Amino acid sequence: MKETLVTPANPKLKNRIGETLSGSQIIWEALVREGVEVCFGYPGGAIMPAYDAMVEYPIHHVLTRHEQGASHMADGYARASGKVGCCIATSGPGATNLVTGIATAMLDSIPMVCITGQVPSHLIGSDAFQETDITGCTIPITKHNYLVTRPEQIAPTIREAFYIARSGRPGPVLVDITKDAQQQSCVFEWSDGEIVLPGYRPDYAPLADQIEDAVELIRTAKRPIIFAGHGVMKAEATEALENFVEKTNIPVACTLLGLGGFPATHPRNLGMMGMHGETWVNKAIQDADLIIAVGMRFDDRVTGNLKTYAPTAKKIHIELDPAEINKNVHADVPIVGDAREVLEELMPHVGDCDRADWLAYIDEIKGDSAVRDIKNLPDLGKLYAAHVIHDLYRFTEGKALVVTDVGQHQMWEAQYYKHDYPRKLLTSGGLGTMGFALPAAIGAKFAEPGESVWVICGDGGFQMTQAELSTCAQEGIKVNVAIINNGFLGMVRQWQEFFYGGRYVATPMLSPDFVKIAEAHGLTGIRVEKRSEVEAAVRKAEATKGTVVIDFRVEQEDSVYPMVPAGATLGDMIQRPSKPGTHEHNPIFETGEDE
Amino acid sequence: MSESVKRTFAVFVEDKPGVLNRVASLFRRRSFNIDSLNVGATHEAGVSRMTIVCDADENKAKRIEANLYKMVNVLWVDDITHKQSINRVLALIKVNCSRDQRAEILRICEVFRARAIDMSPERVTIEITGPQEKVEGLVSVLKPFGILELVQTGTVAMTRGVEKHSRAHPTVPASRHSAA
Repeated sequence: MKETLVTPANPKLKNRIGETLSGSQIIWEALVREGVEVCFGYPGGAIMPAYDAMVEYPIHHVLTRHEQGASHMADGYARASGKVGCCIATSGPGATNLVTGIATAMLDSIPMVCITGQVPSHLIGSDAFQETDITGCTIPITKHNYLVTRPEQIAPTIREAFYIARSGRPGPVLVDITKDAQQQSCVFEWSDGEIVLPGYRPDYAPLADQIEDAVELIRTAKRPIIFAGHGVMKAEATEALENFVEKTNIPVACTLLGLGGFPATHPRNLGMMGMHGETWVNKAIQDADLIIAVGMRFDDRVTGNLKTYAPTAKKIHIELDPAEINKNVHADVPIVGDAREVLEELMPHVGDCDRADWLAYIDEIKGDSAVRDIKNLPDLGKLYAAHVIHDLYRFTEGKALVVTDVGQHQMWEAQYYKHDYPRKLLTSGGLGTMGFALPAAIGAKFAEPGESVWVICGDGGFQMTQAELSTCAQEGIKVNVAIINNGFLGMVRQWQEFFYGGRYVATPMLSPDFVKIAEAHGLTGIRVEKRSEVEAAVRKAEATKGTVVIDFRVEQEDSVYPMVPAGATLGDMIQRPSKPGTHEHNPIFETGEDE
Repeated sequence: MSESVKRTFAVFVEDKPGVLNRVASLFRRRSFNIDSLNVGATHEAGVSRMTIVCDADENKAKRIEANLYKMVNVLWVDDITHKQSINRVLALIKVNCSRDQRAEILRICEVFRARAIDMSPERVTIEITGPQEKVEGLVSVLKPFGILELVQTGTVAMTRGVEKHSRAHPTVPASRHSAA
């Protein structure tokens, strides 16, 4: 990712450089100059001076219903746009409520700047009202953070914060600003010059000998496989990867966050790897002799048991963050650098290749272990989550910007909604934050108002942040919410079924009437109980002006297959146990034919 | 996988509030166990130097180094474990010492190149600097007299020779260059 250091020009901003401004004004001066157009937040005592100054500036503030919503919205905004998301909250509980969203952004490397108010500097350390050491709290879950106690520090600190957030491996940065720093005044200064941080190294370039070693491994590999991770999207390397794949004919497996980074319908795309990845993908990984991992970090959900992971494969690890090299999986050839730059450097050195044997072998195991063909499923009158998601894929023609929550529906989405373009699937992969979807979707909608934004979430996760429906109503923005309502905390229930003797402890969940909840917000609610009703509901949601909530009442005890149990060998997957008609809980059988 | 050994890192950091907290937090968060950590000013304004001693094999050492480099306030990391270096701790040891034991204890101090720096009728306080093992040697010899109090610093370390550490270090994490 190339860094531009030029301040985005905002014609609505008057040039006030050299004038004496309050710290509060300087906050907004700096944010506007950093390109912030929308800021998600919640006011309170220690941030009130900043809020008071906000009205003078061309920034749209979205009042959330909880600060967690604000941090997820900034996150969703960043994921959808590739720009830095921005949220703002007060001290103490306001700041601590941001924490879940900050950790979510940290684990998925999302560029985000969080502004928090802090008690006046002379009260710091006195356990003052609404005082929390939020910089201390967030050291482990931010890329960097700052405590600002003087107005003249505000502009340079915010500038640094944005630079750190978006450069290198992106991440959240928190800027905690004391109330007195907001209230005091100083001469406003702003420089567009290069930011000098002597200890910060965001821009590693690949080394020539590593490129050579990689080329040699690729040249001699018989059974190579490419892993496309989130880094492909972050580096905007989709095209570079496509060119590389066209030339080398190496099949591609995606991580959850990598979905969309390489087109799902591309003939060389195998699908998702890992715990709920496709069986043939995991088998191909276990049989491969070369893994070319691009912008991914070998998460435990991707590798299963490390001791038995891809035993015959050499690994080329292309990754921007040197600390990821050899963290989980030994890299035979580490290449530290930007995914796109590395792929482009490799390109001229790799040869055309047809790899007929290897591709035929993968086709064979794909045939054996089956593609889910849910097109031919018998309609038993019930509604199944996979049907709903597959239908959503069909009726939105795969073009929606989908934001998922965490759990079964998230895995079904990954399996059944095929994403051909980057930044069209937003999901909390690393932290697995329930409650992420609705607020993140609101953020995404602000970033991409022209997109059709769909939330896919469970009944559990939806209720964690459903208050943000009020935000949709107040802002008059439209997202479509598909609640995959199975009356359980589904993924936990599935684990209880598989690994805890079927004891459903604390997973059955009574939910309110979601249609009425929507209506109570002045929004539209639809209930769907049969597959035959899905299309009409989706079309109605797309045609309705405001936010629509669809309560899909799906089969309660369905499970996500296939599955690698946590810590098991990757190729060792639990398959869907029965054929259709023999067991009515398991209607989604697998045939040898994809559509 | 190489063996886990005591490793010594010289870590140059910006002298800013909270940097020690950040570094300590990193070690805790990543389950890197710190044996000792020493921090103090250097001759360069705005630069502090830490000496961190911890147990790690080769692979872990590289990850520690790479993770330290990820911190915005960390300027330069040098794993000096296998370099020619000078390692020192300082200890103050207060021992029981009756009048007729004085001569013996002072002789012991001479052997270890330690110094008696305070004395009262029944006790003596000894200052020693040296490698950790030397301090431990003195402590074991003094134990029979009865140690009343002991305080010691963590290790501070420096490579031998004329290598000069300047502020603009081009160095990058070792994991960038090679597989562990």
